[in-house]
Amino acid sequence: MDVLYFAWVRERIGHPRDTVDTQAATVAELVAELSAREDRYAMAFSDLSALRVAVDQQLADFDAPLAGVREVAFFPPMTGG
Amino acid sequence: MRISVQSEPFDLGAESTAFAAGHRDMGAIVTFTGVVRDLPGDPLEAMEIEHYPGMTESALHDIAATALDRWSLGDVLVIHRHGRLTPGEMIMMVATAAPHRRDAFEAAEFLMDYLKSRAPFWKREMTAKGADWVASKAEDEDALDRWA
Repeated sequence: MDVLYFAWVRERIGHPRDTVDTQAATVAELVAELSAREDRYAMAFSDLSALRVAVDQQLADFDAPLAGVREVAFFPPMTGG
Repeated sequence: MRISVQSEPFDLGAESTAFAAGHRDMGAIVTFTGVVRDLPGDPLEAMEIEHYPGMTESALHDIAATALDRWSLGDVLVIHRHGRLTPGEMIMMVATAAPHRRDAFEAAEFLMDYLKSRAPFWKREMTAKGADWVASKAEDEDALDRWA
């Protein structure tokens, strides 16, 4: 599964993408796995209320299931327009 | 419907003229243009806009399709730039064509409200003090309630 990071999430983690082999059943479980990797991941995921997630390029919730999912992205609230 | 996510500038006049042309049954054309604004007291050197290639296009497409469903519209145009922009440069535009003006105005506002907080763009302001990600505003999220 590809995990993408944008804006300050990308800056805190230090790179734009990871490819992970995970058994995580939900986005929240994936966040827990990533946070356990290194401090910079834990920092980036320390306040989930400040983060948004997309699953296969659709906005989703942190309890969204990951079965069959190819791409998950984490980013701050969007500021377009 | 046309959606364009691009780094290059766009020609507001040419885009508006092309959008308005070719309709005989649309009595109202509304356009909105977003411009990079300088910051009082802390001059803005540039604004950098990051986006999520792939999702950006599909999110804008979905938002435009919702507008076409919800209002009586003949056509919708969304152009949004990414990359490095300087004050005075145009960031984005939306245009709507409808038989009557109320649909055109409301749909343009709906498009703006949604693409501000539901399309994956992130702005960063560069000033002499450094670079800062623009924080989302609660009022932008509240604006969506109007359309619920």
